[in-house]
Amino acid sequence: MNKETPVWEVFIRPRTGLAHKHAGSVHAADEVMALQAARDVYTRRGEGQSVWVVRSADIVAFDPADKDELLEPSADKIYRHPSFYNIPDDVGHM
Amino acid sequence: MYSQGLIGADGKTAEDEAFIARFQKRIDAEEKIEPNDPMPEGYRKTLVRQIGQHAHSEIVGMLPEGNWITRAPTLRRKAALLAKVQDEGGHGLYLYSAAETLGVSREQMTEELLSGKAKYSSIFNYPTPTWADIGMIGWLVDGAAIMNQIPLCRCSYGPYSRAMIRVCKEESFHQRQGYEIVMTLAQGTPEQRRMAQESLDRWWWPSLMMFGPHDGDSVNSDQSMKWKIKRFTNDELRQKFVDATVPQAERIGLKMPDPDLKWNEEKQGYDFGPINWDEFWKVVKGGGPMNRERIAARRKAWEDGAWVREAALAHAEKRKMARLAAE
Repeated sequence: MNKETPVWEVFIRPRTGLAHKHAGSVHAADEVMALQAARDVYTRRGEGQSVWVVRSADIVAFDPADKDELLEPSADKIYRHPSFYNIPDDVGHM
Repeated sequence: MYSQGLIGADGKTAEDEAFIARFQKRIDAEEKIEPNDPMPEGYRKTLVRQIGQHAHSEIVGMLPEGNWITRAPTLRRKAALLAKVQDEGGHGLYLYSAAETLGVSREQMTEELLSGKAKYSSIFNYPTPTWADIGMIGWLVDGAAIMNQIPLCRCSYGPYSRAMIRVCKEESFHQRQGYEIVMTLAQGTPEQRRMAQESLDRWWWPSLMMFGPHDGDSVNSDQSMKWKIKRFTNDELRQKFVDATVPQAERIGLKMPDPDLKWNEEKQGYDFGPINWDEFWKVVKGGGPMNRERIAARRKAWEDGAWVREAALAHAEKRKMARLAAE
């Protein structure tokens, strides 16, 4: 067979109130079969209440080679944290 | 869940020293390596081969157990066995997916299995002529695999470690399922007890072989330990398995087929007799009792399923075309 079956990424919401989280991947020809495979493989023990599938090829990401400049932790921008600001204690909790 | 000491890994790598040193520094700091990170070619190749062998073992491992699904003695046993074999199929999928993150396709890996190029655990080349064998697979084979896989949850490669965590979580019922079958037989009629002992006699030594060659003969083990793909050596894991399993056999009145087996107070572990490595290598190289049948069964499944894969892709294509035409 020369044609490869596409890969899909599976995201599962364990219960309402939580976000969907990446669980793994499946191979499937289309979205209907991808959902069925995801259910069969990743929700056999009550792992989820909702399942998303997304074609792996459709995911957009940064080039890991540029990670350092694009995703640097901004350690010098301490004014982004609440402890940077001086508020008198008698103001109370803020 | 079934994995084995890696057979024939090639950890050779050609990057410059500075690159290797940077990579090793990340490994030593217990940083996980993710799919798109720079990595030595030897690291990538070792993982592709190891995860591939592991995935194939899960899939081929469904065959000896599948042999008994329709003949399980009760509905309870049948439902449990069916669920276990289904889990193994899922484990194969998690592992194939982990290997795919390293740039190899599942189709490629499948072809390598069917052509005999890729290996899988030697244990599945033994037959399952009695129901007791299903118990032994769960108790001993899954037991040995768990010993191997728990440290793999901390493997340095992120996708492999995450797959292992899932697998170990699901695996926990498999060994108990097997031990319960063996225990029931061992406490049954004299004929059932004989069946359990006879099966143990056949499975004990092949289970010890699952951990792979002795440390001295395991050429690429050191590099895998250094890269933290492996956390314990083959012999360390084998010893842990023996120490854990012997009391479980005693508890139900079965005896390991090893006259040299005895408790060593000084090392706080069991001493055991020599392993027949000629048999191990013969089975690894294709000469085991079931090698031909296993590959023939996988090949038949792959060929018989070809029209399903093609039809699914054609259907998806047709729906896509219809959608485009409607827009």
